[in-house]
Amino acid sequence: MVFLKIDGIHHTYFTKNSATTALSDISLEVREGEFVSFLGPSGCGKTTLLSIIAGLIRPTEGTVSLENQPVHKLNNQIGYMLQQDYLFPWKSIKENILLGLKISNSLTEEKEQYAFNLLEQMGLGGFETQYPSQLSGGMRQRVALVRTLATEPKLLMLDEPFSALDFQTKLKLEDLVSDTLKTFGKTAILVTHDIGEAIAMSDRIFLFSPRPGRLHKTFEVPEQLKNLAPFQARNHEAYPELFQSIWKELENIEAK
Amino acid sequence: MKQNNEIELLHQQYITSLRREKIWVRFYQILIFIVFFAGWEVASQNKWIDPLIFSSPSKVGGLLKDKVLDGSLFVDLGYTVTETVFGFLLGTLLGTLLAAILWWSPRLSNILDPYLVILNSMPKVALGPILIVALGPNMTSIIMMGILVSVIITTITVYTSFKNVDPNYLKVLKTFGATRYQLFKEAILPASFPTIISTLKVNVGLSWVGVIVGEFLVSTRGLGYMIIYGFQVFNFTLVLLSLVVIAIFATIMYQLVALLEKILIKNGST
Repeated sequence: MVFLKIDGIHHTYFTKNSATTALSDISLEVREGEFVSFLGPSGCGKTTLLSIIAGLIRPTEGTVSLENQPVHKLNNQIGYMLQQDYLFPWKSIKENILLGLKISNSLTEEKEQYAFNLLEQMGLGGFETQYPSQLSGGMRQRVALVRTLATEPKLLMLDEPFSALDFQTKLKLEDLVSDTLKTFGKTAILVTHDIGEAIAMSDRIFLFSPRPGRLHKTFEVPEQLKNLAPFQARNHEAYPELFQSIWKELENIEAK
Repeated sequence: MKQNNEIELLHQQYITSLRREKIWVRFYQILIFIVFFAGWEVASQNKWIDPLIFSSPSKVGGLLKDKVLDGSLFVDLGYTVTETVFGFLLGTLLGTLLAAILWWSPRLSNILDPYLVILNSMPKVALGPILIVALGPNMTSIIMMGILVSVIITTITVYTSFKNVDPNYLKVLKTFGATRYQLFKEAILPASFPTIISTLKVNVGLSWVGVIVGEFLVSTRGLGYMIIYGFQVFNFTLVLLSLVVIAIFATIMYQLVALLEKILIKNGST
């Protein structure tokens, strides 16, 4: 069954002096429970596409539907995680993780408990009354993940969520996120420019070419890598082969 | 072990040198104070400066004692402080409210932009005579003066801060389906809180200007009235006394707002 359907997306940004086409003719489908990556050099409109999928901007042309519902009519079915944690510094951790529920007026005791359990699973139990400035970068990004998951979104979008972290923290968080999403059976889209991260975490990789952003090629991650945790996948023998073929495609894109 | 002792000793020396520096600074501060007032007194006694115009600390002190004893100082002080407090609080509140309205409607903000610039460059105290004719020579028009001098600059400063809130915070809220009111309440306003508090600090000073000028014009009571009255009857001891009282109370009010800032910001951001 098709879970997320992106059909014929064109998007052009208008300014006083120019009209820039960011995305051109993008069509793809994502199955339920699948983890896919959008990979590509900067300027290929990955973040624009995420904003369109999240229903934050309406595309110039084309439609996006989640379970046959157009996304701009949905509320709180799609979770969005940004490059930095963007925790609200004046809110405690508790207030931060319950923010989504509060905004959508769906804060019940049961859902509050669910959010606290998630925080506990992320190894951050007991931090509820602290403020974001008292936490390290990795901890803050985990809190941001809890905040996104607390509203129980059907689709999770990760916009380079690990890019602002140091390498070690990044590897650890990749494992944690991958494990958490598998446990809850969430469908996820990861935007990244890190080939390794895309291979290690996803089931399928969509490679984009820039100016205007187009879908260049789709890679299927081999079965034996899909079931491994990201850290182990990076050490598997099938990993360098896929890395090489994606690397070559990226070179092709740049040569054009 | 010996090394530890040495570090301990160096640390002690460092602390002592910090303390010594602090004592020197305080010493010079007090010295300036004493030299200024002693110099003023001596110059006035020996007629190096005209005692009729410049008075002397002892005369000002004597008048202060008289006015404290007969209670008349407190009446004037009470009026002026009340007017100033209302002036800067209402000015800040109104300015923030106007900024919120501008943020709410970008079109309105574009329309009003040139008018804000004009109002901001205009000296607001020049509106005093019109205000007094319109509202009557009373406390209301003086408080209005206190508000007028601070409200436009508050609007502009706070609105700029509203616009500069990191759009990614708004993005986070929008993905949760936030309404425009929720964006304002959860991100825009709390993120601008430090700016609003620091505007409050600036407005304390501005409101004193508005209120004193207002009292000059209305001329019935208050510290501004004391100055204008002293000027008209050529009693400069009275003028200088009001100046000293204004300096003291303006400082106290500023410090209170600074204290408020410390308390609020601490709770807000750490």
